[in-house]
Amino acid sequence: MIRLERRKEPSKFWRIANPFLAVVLTMLAGGAMFAALGKDPVAAIRLIFFDPIFSQTFGSYSRPQLLIKSAPLILIAIGLAIGFKANIWNIGAEGQYIIGALFGAGVALAFFPAPGWYIFPLMVMAGAFGGFLWAMIPAILKTRFNTNEILVSLLLVYVAERILAAMALGLMRNPDIPGFPGSRDLRRYEAAHNAELIANTGIHWGVVAALIAVIFAYVMMTRHMLGYQVQLAGQAPRAARFGGVSPARLVVICLGISGALAGLAGMFEVSGPGGQVRIEFASGYGFTAIIVAFLGRLNPFGIVLAGLLLGLTYIGGELSQMILQLPGAAIQVFQGMLLFFLLALDFQTNYRLRLTRGMRI
Amino acid sequence: MILGSINPAVLLAALMVAATPILLAAIGELVVEKAGVLNLGVEGMMIMGACIGFIVAVNTGSPLIGFLGAALGGMALSLLFALLTQALMTNQVASGLALTLFGLGLTALLGQSYVGITPPRTPKLDLGPLSDIPFLGRALFTHDIVVYLSIALVAAVWWFLKYSRAGMILRAVGENHDAAHALGYHVKRVRVLAIMFGGACAGLGGAYLSLIRVPQWTEGMTVGAGWIALALVVFASWRPWRALAGAYLFGGVVVLQLNLQAAGVKIPVEYLSMSPYLITIFVLVLISSGKARGSLNAPGSLNRPFHASN
Repeated sequence: MIRLERRKEPSKFWRIANPFLAVVLTMLAGGAMFAALGKDPVAAIRLIFFDPIFSQTFGSYSRPQLLIKSAPLILIAIGLAIGFKANIWNIGAEGQYIIGALFGAGVALAFFPAPGWYIFPLMVMAGAFGGFLWAMIPAILKTRFNTNEILVSLLLVYVAERILAAMALGLMRNPDIPGFPGSRDLRRYEAAHNAELIANTGIHWGVVAALIAVIFAYVMMTRHMLGYQVQLAGQAPRAARFGGVSPARLVVICLGISGALAGLAGMFEVSGPGGQVRIEFASGYGFTAIIVAFLGRLNPFGIVLAGLLLGLTYIGGELSQMILQLPGAAIQVFQGMLLFFLLALDFQTNYRLRLTRGMRI
Repeated sequence: MILGSINPAVLLAALMVAATPILLAAIGELVVEKAGVLNLGVEGMMIMGACIGFIVAVNTGSPLIGFLGAALGGMALSLLFALLTQALMTNQVASGLALTLFGLGLTALLGQSYVGITPPRTPKLDLGPLSDIPFLGRALFTHDIVVYLSIALVAAVWWFLKYSRAGMILRAVGENHDAAHALGYHVKRVRVLAIMFGGACAGLGGAYLSLIRVPQWTEGMTVGAGWIALALVVFASWRPWRALAGAYLFGGVVVLQLNLQAAGVKIPVEYLSMSPYLITIFVLVLISSGKARGSLNAPGSLNRPFHASN
């Protein structure tokens, strides 16, 4: 008879190995799914995971895309991971991303068409502030009224989506093209454009910000008192409280950091690759970043790898839509499966299978 | 003026229809949480029910078989959650989120060729003379069977939790799983059954959206209904009748907001349509700030994994 036995210490080996194993299993299960859809599974998997980087024909287009798609994922996931470690669940990053973008774009549109070096930095600050502000709603409701932050942050995503639609149709609509929703194209407004820094690499200020966030998070989590408190609160909340860690302060800090980073991601997107405030602006980065955070084991460097991988699936998904006529939603299923496999495999980290003799219930 | 054009009987009838999907999902989740499991995948199971129910109903031509399919679809997804959290001991919050993300993607894929189709109509239940009663007849007795079923389900769950032996075991498992285990109850079996019930209910709620309320299939059509249902359980402080009251309150807000849109109030549609979410948050705040009542009624073992170590 087989039974689960709790390990005394979580297995370090499986902690590192599981994400890789989960990717392999997802490829297999995804291949089966593509076969069921009547597509060649090997070609589909190749197209999603290898061709965006190695293809001769469209690699030059898709390679820069990798950083463009991965940067917001990494930026958001870094913030989320800090909260997840402390058992503070901000799952409304999508909303903070939207509000950050609106704040950033709002600054740009207010200055239009004035030139000035100070406009872009102001937008960056506004974007971070917008995301921060939106995250403060669940934070303050949590600390003041003990309201569940999971539900509030998530419900606010739907509110943010409607604000986005209202802005695209109303206040921020481009007055020069009447009748069409959507703001001015920020890519055509030089002072506000988050342009590529090095041609054909996809590196824009968002990528730089993501890199800084990774290093910042690493230093904070390993070298700073705050990181220690976050870990303590997550693993032993009672001990943390006796040790003088204020839970309310931690909630505000964790939600604040993740909100600001998500807001930044939104701002860099709207002023660069996204280009304008549109109803369809939000593309689910805030939700995918949750998968990135888990897949990266809540570790800053792990998150970089996981962010690159999921960024890859975004591009691969677009390619397979164009080339194999695969439905766009297939990639969402793929990402969901990845998280499932990872969670399922993780039982090996904390438990081991034991063969036992005799009856056991 | 504007409000004068709204017929209260019609409003009441529409309110019940608007409330039914979240009521179904909430009553299922209430049982799940009473068993000590927090399944955040309600949105995913609802959309699964909406999609499967729609596909089955269109292909068989029978909405009732569609609802059955929806319940099974929701249940199938919930079994995945049960496997993860009960057998493989995964984090419930993360697994619930995974369920939602996976459900949204899978249904977008499955339902792709069903966009724009009209589903078979669900007949209204013929209640004879009852529906001729002035005002009340129009408001209460002109509905399809699912509306009444949802109310019956609330009563059944209330009775089950309060008076049946199985219900007491379920509550014991949710309040203190170690004690329940020591008494010889099968904690995991009870929890898996509760999770399956929750999945079936969420599936039914989803199908109500796609087959009756909207009625159409579009990608991501639940737009947060599952999350509102989750909030409703907290609002109801885990009591079935309060969930009913909460759902109807919420239905009232939705319907009023739609009526205001139709009446042409000078507020952009986008702002009116965010009101259900804002009201939900507001109510959550009210209920959770009253520490003595709301939060203390939460099942003791909610969101705590159980592993019989020895």
